[in-house]
Amino acid sequence: MSKNRKTLGMAVVYILLTVGAVMMLLPFYYMLITAVKGPEELYTPELVWFPKKFVWSNYAEAWNADPNFPRYFFNSAFIASVTTALQLATSALAAYAFAMIDFAGKETVFMILLGTMMIPSQVTLVPNYAIIARLGWIDTYKALIVPFVASAFGIFMMRQFFQTIPMELWDAAQIDGCGRFEYLWRVIVPLSKPVFVTNGLFTFIGGWNSFLWPLIVTNTAKYRTIQVGLSQFNQEFGTIPNLLMAASTLAIVPLIVIFFVAQNQLIEGIARTGLKG
Amino acid sequence: MNSLERKRYARDTAAAYLYLAPALIIIILFNLFPAFYALYISLFDTNLIGRWNWVGFGNYMELFRDVDFLKSLANTGKYVLGTVPVGMALALLIAWLLNKPIRGLATYRTAYFLPYVTPVVAISIVWTWIYKEDTAGMLNALLGFIGVEPQAWLLDPKWAMFALCLMSIWRHMGYNVVLFLAGLQNIPAEYYEAAEIDGASGWSMFANITWPLLSPTTYFILMVSIIGSFQVFTQVYVLWPSAQGGPLGTTRVVVRYLYDQGWGAFRFGYASAIGYILFAIIFVLTLVQRDIVGKRVHYQ
Repeated sequence: MSKNRKTLGMAVVYILLTVGAVMMLLPFYYMLITAVKGPEELYTPELVWFPKKFVWSNYAEAWNADPNFPRYFFNSAFIASVTTALQLATSALAAYAFAMIDFAGKETVFMILLGTMMIPSQVTLVPNYAIIARLGWIDTYKALIVPFVASAFGIFMMRQFFQTIPMELWDAAQIDGCGRFEYLWRVIVPLSKPVFVTNGLFTFIGGWNSFLWPLIVTNTAKYRTIQVGLSQFNQEFGTIPNLLMAASTLAIVPLIVIFFVAQNQLIEGIARTGLKG
Repeated sequence: MNSLERKRYARDTAAAYLYLAPALIIIILFNLFPAFYALYISLFDTNLIGRWNWVGFGNYMELFRDVDFLKSLANTGKYVLGTVPVGMALALLIAWLLNKPIRGLATYRTAYFLPYVTPVVAISIVWTWIYKEDTAGMLNALLGFIGVEPQAWLLDPKWAMFALCLMSIWRHMGYNVVLFLAGLQNIPAEYYEAAEIDGASGWSMFANITWPLLSPTTYFILMVSIIGSFQVFTQVYVLWPSAQGGPLGTTRVVVRYLYDQGWGAFRFGYASAIGYILFAIIFVLTLVQRDIVGKRVHYQ
């Protein structure tokens, strides 16, 4: 291939990639500019692409429009954090048993566990709602946390990782008088940091973004998550785009921060395991 | 096994179940048992509180005659067909371009991946305004540059499904790109070098090396995308808050209908039956794909 043709080819590559990237980012740009527009640049017949005046107070106005916003944020952060911590703990314990211990019924239990990954969450929506209602957990943190503190996929991922740790380490640890739990806590967990980080990130993002379940098990603002609160805000203030965009930005920002801090772990996690957020 | 080993095995088994207990209890209570309980509930006419009338397969019989349900199934099918092939083709193109020796790979990858981590509710609110019917809406403003008349993307039954698909393709692009890119990077460079020496064209390299060696990745993305698409709900709920689900019900998908029958009409038996049919469809599709597509997958 001639050098000229190659240069031209690469130019096309860059142009296509850049056009695509701009399209991907445009909705975010639209959100950010709309959030700071004043009424004179908002309600115009033609879209104003570059606002001349930035009305930053829109953010404060959106925040104050629903007095429960701080509560929603706290709830989402609390629920996502606690779910993540507990899910990592239960997954690590179960994965440890599958990876390191030879026991009766191991294959069967593992197959059943993999089988539960096939069950879509929409199928278990009604029965889980019935169970939560029966337990008297409607409108509690328990309803939002407990069903998600164990994950077959989390166990599976951790087991895969734990299996790569050489058994000789366990033999050596036993000679030093190290018990099972101590070995898990002091040897396995520190060695498995990457899998804890990826699994934890996806659980947290999933918790922060979840919508249908919190929608059905919460009735009052006290336990509502940011996604449900935002959806309600949308129904109440559906005609005031700048406030809606400001509120949406606030709900997205925590995730953008996580994304930029942990981008590589997230992307590698998906590339390696196909994990979904 | 001698008695000492047997004793040890028994002790190990007891220890193992102790470690498994927390996870197993939760998974049994909130995943495994509900899968069966859903079937049980679907055999009743129930509001879960006082009313529990046994109807046998009555809910299922009713569903097969329920035009709204059948339409929601058709809508979901349209959504799957409208998002999966186009979304995958675009993602493959982007991944293929990103796999060239380019500068700024990380920046491009960030741009494509960003929508995937953002909450669907917030992003759907943004798209509600992008789709606004006048020229103040971003899509209409963009298309205006090339002379396209403004359209009522969300209100026009002709466009509503398109609008839903476009937004979903946008949001899932990054996930698919990341997986395709990983798949492409796994193909050994020697294959291409050898083909180049033999004078193979770009297209024949793609058809004879890239496509077959990428097939495990393609197959995986196809499965995940189809299963995920059948479960779409949040976008529909936020873009069209009214229970009908879009203009003339054109975007009322299965899960939206399930939600409305359950938490709108308090017909939980009926809703549970809808869930079970969804389960059956996903299950059958998984098996069919494994048998038909899976056999053609080329594992290295």
